[in-house]
Amino acid sequence: MSHVVDPVLVLVLLTNFFLLGTSRLRAVINGTALQGVLLGTLTLLVHHEVGVRPILVAVGATAIKAVVIPWLLARALREAAIRREIEPFIGYIPSLVLGAVGTGLAMLFAGTLPLAPQHVGSLLIPTSLATVITGFILLTTRRKALTQVAGYLVLENGIFIMGLALIEAIPFFVEIGVLLDLLVAIFVMGIMMLQINREFSSLDTTRLSSLKE
Amino acid sequence: MALALVLVPLALALLALVVPSPVWRARLLPAGGAAHLALTVLALNTPNVDALDGWIHLDSVGRLVLGFCSVLYFFTSLYAPGYLGAHPDRPNRLFCACFLAFISTLSLVAESHHLGLMWVAIEATTLTCAPMLNFLRNPRALEATWKYLLIGSVGIALALLGSLFLAYSALSAGLEPSLLFDDLVHDGARLSRPWLRGAFILLFVGYGTKIGLAPMHTWKPDAYGEAPGIVGALLAGGLTSCAFLAILRFFRVAVAAGDAPFVQHVMLVAGLFSMAVAAAFMARQKDFKRMLAYSSVEHMGILVVGLGVGGAAFFGSLLHMVNNGLTKGVLFLVAANIQRAYGSKSSDEVRGVLRRLPVSGALFLAGFFAITGSPPFGPFLSEFTILNAAVTSGRYAVAAVFLTMLVVVFIGMGATVMTVVQGKPSERAASTTVRDTVWSVGPSVALLALVLMLGLYIPGPVDHLLRDAAASLEGGR
Repeated sequence: MSHVVDPVLVLVLLTNFFLLGTSRLRAVINGTALQGVLLGTLTLLVHHEVGVRPILVAVGATAIKAVVIPWLLARALREAAIRREIEPFIGYIPSLVLGAVGTGLAMLFAGTLPLAPQHVGSLLIPTSLATVITGFILLTTRRKALTQVAGYLVLENGIFIMGLALIEAIPFFVEIGVLLDLLVAIFVMGIMMLQINREFSSLDTTRLSSLKE
Repeated sequence: MALALVLVPLALALLALVVPSPVWRARLLPAGGAAHLALTVLALNTPNVDALDGWIHLDSVGRLVLGFCSVLYFFTSLYAPGYLGAHPDRPNRLFCACFLAFISTLSLVAESHHLGLMWVAIEATTLTCAPMLNFLRNPRALEATWKYLLIGSVGIALALLGSLFLAYSALSAGLEPSLLFDDLVHDGARLSRPWLRGAFILLFVGYGTKIGLAPMHTWKPDAYGEAPGIVGALLAGGLTSCAFLAILRFFRVAVAAGDAPFVQHVMLVAGLFSMAVAAAFMARQKDFKRMLAYSSVEHMGILVVGLGVGGAAFFGSLLHMVNNGLTKGVLFLVAANIQRAYGSKSSDEVRGVLRRLPVSGALFLAGFFAITGSPPFGPFLSEFTILNAAVTSGRYAVAAVFLTMLVVVFIGMGATVMTVVQGKPSERAASTTVRDTVWSVGPSVALLALVLMLGLYIPGPVDHLLRDAAASLEGGR
């Protein structure tokens, strides 16, 4: 199984680095969409037999993560008429280095944990942790509300990969519930972004600074 | 029954979306509150409330949270039409629908015995609160909602990862993986320890963000400060208790796994740190709603310290959850009255509330004494139980820090509250038309009466429920 899964996971890791290194917001959205497609593919690959359930989850995940959410984000981007992330708190090269260090640590950390026999030597769990870390870096080092939402999405993608290691444990309804919650969360964040843009004429979250001690 | 608690308010929420008249929409809220309270009373009198193959089961801790949240919600909903009536210019369709959906999702959290379902429900409570927080749509509310949404979502994303780690701890130990709570408690001793600890840390940080433990509390002062007081009451009483319930649930798994000492150690440190941070920020806090937010951080710290101490403190911690929730209801609803009368929430401008709004002023003062643990109110009893358990178990340092923080908070909070209630209102404040009415202070009077009652006498059924829930935390069933 892992000989078909691992190459896809490597692609997920590469999209992580692409997201960390790019300054164009449009590219960030495309990167998350690509990651959504990869996750849908993974869902099909990790199941041992082809059934209704894996197909439904795969289609649901692809539809939400690769189509609907990128579309919502792209709409917000058009409305705000911005194209680039300006001066992130940490530059692109340092955040790439940070991402590489995070990925390395994720590999080391997953190596020290006792894995189930079917996951020994697989990239599934290290990739999951590395993607979570990438999401965190995006969330904390970027200024634009849009990139922060993309970071949250990448964080959720990492958790989704972890869920793939547990397909036996997670019931269908919970999987769909998690996807729907994610969709609603991004939808609400999208609406908030439009309001922030209207109110502050910018998606720069550093302008959201009137509340403090 | 179990499903009615979730579906009836949800149906009313959908109804609120289609009702054309804003006035009638607002009147749906008390109807929803009363219906939920009636269903809750029925459910609490039914010995077994189960549904969906054990995914939904109302255990003693769930009963406790559901019961008191329903009471708090009912009184808050009585306040709602008056609040919405005072803001006729704001469209209230989304607010009403979210207000009703909130108690539906909260009931689902209290009932769910599946960690995945519980996660979905908690995320849903988080999302229903966002539009309510942003009701006034001004830049400050927008900023607060954005922070609440982003920090809260990331927090509970970590909790989801923690839940998956928990399931993986069964898989890696060669067991059938399951997220059913009873299976996890049953298999506790055999779960893989490293994954379990990873799960615990992620769940604690994740749900700890939701309940607002320091240092993950940063969204809280902004959200509580800018939210309408009525939403503050729901957040500080309901939402935090829900997330605390999640912490109680996995705490039981940790107890079953025999890893309680590690977990309790982390909880003691985190709890005392939260109390200290809250105490520091409450001193000279001029904004009385932000002050209440820090008070919430403090009390979440107290709850977690109670779990960390263990033994008799379990009872104290559960009782304190109820006391804190009800008292926060009083304080936030009254704070909303004060803010409306003065058009400000800063102690620089708000003076003489006892003269301007005599009933609200008296309630604010009484609520302050209650929340800081003065006898004869309920929080005194619960805080004393925790303190006493810490001393009898020989944790003198914990007891000393705990007591010191309570005193510091009392002084810090007292300075702001006294400035606000005493003195003479300014000319401008005295001239506005806002007055205390039965509907604006009645709910707070009722809630305060309950807090007072819990300090003097705990009714038999409530006491029974508390003891059952505390026993379940010690590892019994």
